[in-house]
Amino acid sequence: MSDEKNKSDQQKSGVSRRSFLKASGISLGVPLVVGHRVINVNGQEVKLYGPTKTSITLTINGAKQTVEVEPRVTLLEALRHELDITGAKRVCDRATCGACTMIVGGKAVYSCTVLAIEAQGKPITTVESLMQGEKLHPLQQAFVDNDGQQCGYCTPGFVMACKAFLDKNPSPTPEEVQKGLGGNLCRCGTYMGVRAAVLQAATMHKGGKNHG
Amino acid sequence: MAVGKNILRKDGYEKLTGAARYVDDVTLEGMLYGKTIRSRIARGRIKSIAYDAAFDWSQIVIADYRDIPGKNYVALIEDDQPLLAENEIRHYAEPILLIAAANKDLLEAAAHHIHIEYEQWSPVLSIEDALACREIIYGTDNIFKRFLIGRGDVEEGFAQAERIIEGEYRVPHQEQLYIEPQGMIAIPGNEAMTLMGSMQCPYYIHKAIKQLFHLNDEQVVVIQMTTGGGFGGKEEYPSVIAAHAALLAHKAQRPVKLIYDRAEDIAATPKRHPGVIRHRTGVRRDGRMVASEIDLVFDGGAYVTLTPVVLSRGVIHALGPYACDNVRIQARAIATNTPPNGAFRGFGAPQVAFAYEMQMEKIAAELGMDSLELRRINMLREGDTTATGQTLIWSVGSEEVLNEAVERANYQAQRLAFSQSHSSIQTSTTNHVEAHKRRGIGLSFFLHGAGFTGSGEAKMKAQAGIEIMANGHPRVLSGSTEIGQGTRTIFSQIVAEELSLDFSAVEIEEPDTSRVPDSGPTVASRTCMVVGRVVQMAAREVKAKLLHFVAERFAAPEVELREGKFMVAEKALADFQEMACEYVNLFGELRCFAHYASPPEIEWNEETYSGDAYPVYSWGAEVAEVEVDMDTYEVTVVRLTTAQDIGRAIHPLLAAGQIEGGTLQAVGYGLLEELVWDQGRIINNRLTNYIIPTALDAPDMETIIVEKAYPHGPFGAKGVGELPINGAAPAIAAAVFQATGAFLSEIPITPERLQAAIEKVTTDEHR
Ligand code: FES
Ligand code: FES
Repeated sequence: MSDEKNKSDQQKSGVSRRSFLKASGISLGVPLVVGHRVINVNGQEVKLYGPTKTSITLTINGAKQTVEVEPRVTLLEALRHELDITGAKRVCDRATCGACTMIVGGKAVYSCTVLAIEAQGKPITTVESLMQGEKLHPLQQAFVDNDGQQCGYCTPGFVMACKAFLDKNPSPTPEEVQKGLGGNLCRCGTYMGVRAAVLQAATMHKGGKNHG
Repeated sequence: MAVGKNILRKDGYEKLTGAARYVDDVTLEGMLYGKTIRSRIARGRIKSIAYDAAFDWSQIVIADYRDIPGKNYVALIEDDQPLLAENEIRHYAEPILLIAAANKDLLEAAAHHIHIEYEQWSPVLSIEDALACREIIYGTDNIFKRFLIGRGDVEEGFAQAERIIEGEYRVPHQEQLYIEPQGMIAIPGNEAMTLMGSMQCPYYIHKAIKQLFHLNDEQVVVIQMTTGGGFGGKEEYPSVIAAHAALLAHKAQRPVKLIYDRAEDIAATPKRHPGVIRHRTGVRRDGRMVASEIDLVFDGGAYVTLTPVVLSRGVIHALGPYACDNVRIQARAIATNTPPNGAFRGFGAPQVAFAYEMQMEKIAAELGMDSLELRRINMLREGDTTATGQTLIWSVGSEEVLNEAVERANYQAQRLAFSQSHSSIQTSTTNHVEAHKRRGIGLSFFLHGAGFTGSGEAKMKAQAGIEIMANGHPRVLSGSTEIGQGTRTIFSQIVAEELSLDFSAVEIEEPDTSRVPDSGPTVASRTCMVVGRVVQMAAREVKAKLLHFVAERFAAPEVELREGKFMVAEKALADFQEMACEYVNLFGELRCFAHYASPPEIEWNEETYSGDAYPVYSWGAEVAEVEVDMDTYEVTVVRLTTAQDIGRAIHPLLAAGQIEGGTLQAVGYGLLEELVWDQGRIINNRLTNYIIPTALDAPDMETIIVEKAYPHGPFGAKGVGELPINGAAPAIAAAVFQATGAFLSEIPITPERLQAAIEKVTTDEHR
């Protein structure tokens, strides 16, 4: 890892998968400030980060963590590469599959399309946080009971999407569950198991009994 | 009792907590990242490769075919696929060079500074192109492989026929789209190479790496990591990735990780074989088939890889679950300048299933007969003989699955109701709302041979073993991999049942070629039926040894093993665990290995392609209910009811998961999934434009498991992995046929294709 960091410091190839600032309409005015520059966009001062690494602080599963990343690095990559938090997966990298789902500021997001710097100041929750001591979270337990996972690659993202869904709608109808799960792809075809798991977790949530 | 129970999945906990480590979740000290530089033409030759002088290449490791110590091919069947192209290019995205660097940005930058110039030749891009032989790209006629199956006298059969019905069916490529992209890490050693990654078949990789690096069995170690789905897509291709990673690692003398991103994975790796299948069927007026001639052609892509084996399964399944005395089936696999096609769940059978089931619909329509009735007249039952001359002697659940599916779906009543509502719609022109959504119900009936085709299992002689660990618990030693389908869980159930232990006492060794024997590849619905059987035999041997040991120790010859205890009548002598520990302490170890032996009744003739093609078949029937939007031509699958005879279900919940998952992939095959090609290049190589079923596309599904025990499977089990992928596409097409009157002979049934078919019906009617 340290090797990797040193080398990417040295090279500025300009090859970027994700150019989030377009140069048009922006005038570079103020010289370099520590960490970021300030530019003038349509009369307003805007902080400009990058392309060098910037130190950012993320609140992940309740703990503050500081990482050095280039501003173009996604939240997903920051967690996976810099912090070795690998539950969330990179599958499409294009906001279509949901395998990278995390809960950021109370909302389920595709972390492959959120920049790490944008996630500062908001609580970030990943699948790693769900365990309650040695025990599985009721939703995880419901996945186990209903066999809501096969190969498991979509599972961490799916679990987080279901968690966000239930947080918002603790007593969903089966139809709402089916609709609510549209954002996560599973090629093993566990949708039936996941649906059942969400309904079970919802029942438990309401103080109902465990169907497992 | 452990077998038949829905115990908790062995690998569930780690997968749910994010603790499971897949290949891309691992970073090693000093590791480099690898990348494959691929061709951007479908056919031609490399004129030059240039590296920008301005770029600093000192930090980049570059490997080409000249760096391969052994021969430049990926060991499989014909050994015709080069690991890296030397000069000639035979398909788009063919690997030419490999590069590695300490970080991915540097790697991507380097890739932009390599320029390859080509001389382009005219490519062969379709089955028609290949058969026309304008360009010859393989042998003398572009044909990789042929098979012919014959039985009875076809000419005589057609002479007896009162009607002869012809149909031509087309099936597309399909991408496996395992959610975890392909990936591998290679770790070089002194005269050694270790590979770890996402795979179905560690011993395939083992074989390929040994050849490429002149290493022996012990020097190459292949370890399967938690694998995020395979569906056949991680059968043969991981050997290529492993070899590429190993070549870079060998050159750099550092570990190299090679992970495909989604676009590369779809662009370069094998797909399901597309095909054209022609049927010519002679029937009597009562519906009885008296002659069947089938011609099937699969597109193998640019290299042979697994194509002959896929074709073999295709040709054997081509007549489907039907009996006919006079049969001739010709099968050919041809070469094109497209990426090699390969293993995908079903392996040649889903293609022919679509064709034979649509042919049944066509025959029924032409005879003015109910297609369920037609199937019942011609279906195979116990004691009947298949196209290869195999008499079905055991575990034939054909009638049960058909009856169950039809009853549970209320098929006949629904079919009648829909056909009546259609005639009423046609008479009432005023009610647009009603007319704009049409309902239909359709049926499919299919079989799937379990295990390898023909003498494959006899040659393979799969091995597996059990060893007793220091704590007295058994551990399973097998090269069969867990890819989400439940290998670890069902193996522990089989052993627990055999040794009368709790399943949680059974441990499963990681598939690591230095620690487990070759159980054969994890493919062909063989893991439970074949390898599970071997595991069971090994467990029996452990049991026999321990019983002998305990009998001597306690001077109790009539000792039995029950509920984890050695008993004499109702008296417990000792615990399993205690005795197992004692045995190991005394003799040093307790390890038993077993080999698979085909049932003695099974005979197959490779020369004439006749006899017992598979030891046993699994059977399925499926009913699809659809709603067609007559304005947008979108098809919604409202309900699927499927009954499948898989022999004894070791774990009913996991088996149902296999059925649901396979069925859903088949819904994609029938309705959604289509690759778009431009001059041999796949244009829609993203999840945004290659569409697979989401939770919203998943219909209500009812799954009925029929358990016709197979005497040579563990506790009566047969295969389940592939059977379910055969049924949905033809059942949906049959339902669409009922709903709209449009007969679709090609899938996927996209709105465009359906619109064209419906417009054709309308113009035909007005003629
Ligand atoms: S990886 Fe983020 S949505 Fe697919
Ligand atoms: S469990 Fe395999 S992709 Fe969902």
